[in-house]
Amino acid sequence: MSEAALVWRQYRLERRMFWRNPSAAFFNFALPLIFLALFGAVFSGNQDDLDVIVPGIAGMSIVSTTFVALAMNTVALREQGILKRLRGTPLPSGAYLSAVAMHAITNTVVQVTLVTVVGRIFFGTGWPKDVPELVVFVAAGVVCFASLGVALAHVIPNLDAAPAYTNAVFLPLIVLSGVFYDAGKAPTFLHDIAVALPLTHLIDGLSSAMVTGEPLSDNLGHLAVIAVWAVLGIVLAVRGFSWEARRD
Amino acid sequence: MSEPPAILVRDLRKSYGDVDAVRGIDFDVARGEVFGLLGPNGAGKTTTVEILEGYRNRTGGIVSVLGHDPAGRPRALRERTGIVLQSSGMYRYLTVREAIAHWAALYPRSRDVEEVIEVVGLQDSAQVRVRRLSGGQARRLDLALALVGDPELVFLDEPTTGFDPEARRAAWSTVRALADLGKTILLTTHYLDEAQALCDRVGIVKDGRILAVGAPSEIGVDAASRYRIAWRDEHGDTHVRETDDPTALLHQLTSGALARGVPLRDLSVTRPSLEDVYLELTAEAEEEAGRV
Repeated sequence: MSEAALVWRQYRLERRMFWRNPSAAFFNFALPLIFLALFGAVFSGNQDDLDVIVPGIAGMSIVSTTFVALAMNTVALREQGILKRLRGTPLPSGAYLSAVAMHAITNTVVQVTLVTVVGRIFFGTGWPKDVPELVVFVAAGVVCFASLGVALAHVIPNLDAAPAYTNAVFLPLIVLSGVFYDAGKAPTFLHDIAVALPLTHLIDGLSSAMVTGEPLSDNLGHLAVIAVWAVLGIVLAVRGFSWEARRD
Repeated sequence: MSEPPAILVRDLRKSYGDVDAVRGIDFDVARGEVFGLLGPNGAGKTTTVEILEGYRNRTGGIVSVLGHDPAGRPRALRERTGIVLQSSGMYRYLTVREAIAHWAALYPRSRDVEEVIEVVGLQDSAQVRVRRLSGGQARRLDLALALVGDPELVFLDEPTTGFDPEARRAAWSTVRALADLGKTILLTTHYLDEAQALCDRVGIVKDGRILAVGAPSEIGVDAASRYRIAWRDEHGDTHVRETDDPTALLHQLTSGALARGVPLRDLSVTRPSLEDVYLELTAEAEEEAGRV
């Protein structure tokens, strides 16, 4: 079987297994939509706030479908010995990783689309002003947060610890980075932390693409910060990668 | 011209930091042979096998598996080998059939999925999800996944550890069936009877070295694993007899004692513990090694 065919087969397998695992499907799809519905209800009638929450939730969705999902899954596959078993088969590592990446990207695209449509229908945020810019920021966000998720997996010692480690990063990250409010209006010390983090810049970029229509050329600084984190994530993800459970 | 061996190992060494797990191992496995690495836990069996499987890099020595160096994990080699690891999980949300069918697609010359399901005896569980399998069924799935690519060489790392006697017999007959198909098999075990029942040749591993290689009967695996029956006669003298067949000997002893109306005091049937056997098997080899 050609490498492309193997990627496709593995991708289809990942999709099938994803839908059979209720908690994965919940955290990927339902949780961001629940947040969107709740905050949308809280802010209803205030278009400025709704214009903050919709791109914010879109950014959060990218983090949960890549960073959270890959950190949790990588640890589970490693600790259960599935990665080790796969490594003994002829499946090329590149084909496997491509399939896993395609799976995460599919979830991201579905989720960002859902958030956009819900925002349009229920919260009056309108269709994205600049679709190419949206694509650029979603793509940058996926690369950045997918690699950071795999990198985080290396730090997580075992399966039981995976939710704690992941949420210890994810929850403060989404609050600090202005998923639920305009990060620019936060107290200075929180704002200083937020501007160092990639999600703040991703949300600013998404906000431009989805709401304000500010062109990509004005957002290159945001893109640059995401790129720096992406490079860091890729280096850490590749360097520390382990196919095997750690032995104590 | 003789055929090159399926596996060739020369002066294999592996250290983890200061710990030498494997300290100079040599052996060959001929094509079509069932070769066993027999030794206690921590002897270096799994480290050796995992180097041959391409999971670990060696510190020194020469290794060839089906003509390849496994250290680079060449795809051509992975296509021709099947691996049953000591413990490894499987995608929990697939059914048995889906898992085997997916694995089949990874290999260029795979076997028929239904046939493999039958060979390992999972017909009744083909639609069951992996997460619902019992320990024994999961182990059979391990074997199915290793066989579905129709490998020439199969690695079995402690294939029956934790099995009940019936499951062990079933696993043994599967291994024999594989051997009958001409597959080369390298297995590790710490069960003497398993080595004796399955292996054409055995290498005894202890402390990262091979102490003896040969057919189980040649190197005394069978003699060392005999039953030992002991008793005191009516005069208080202690007798000890060794046998491969304790049933017959016990029958002879007890019926004789009953007929004569005398007691068999402190009658006991024991098998030497694994430690005793390794001591016995290895004492001589170590002595020889010491003399050199």
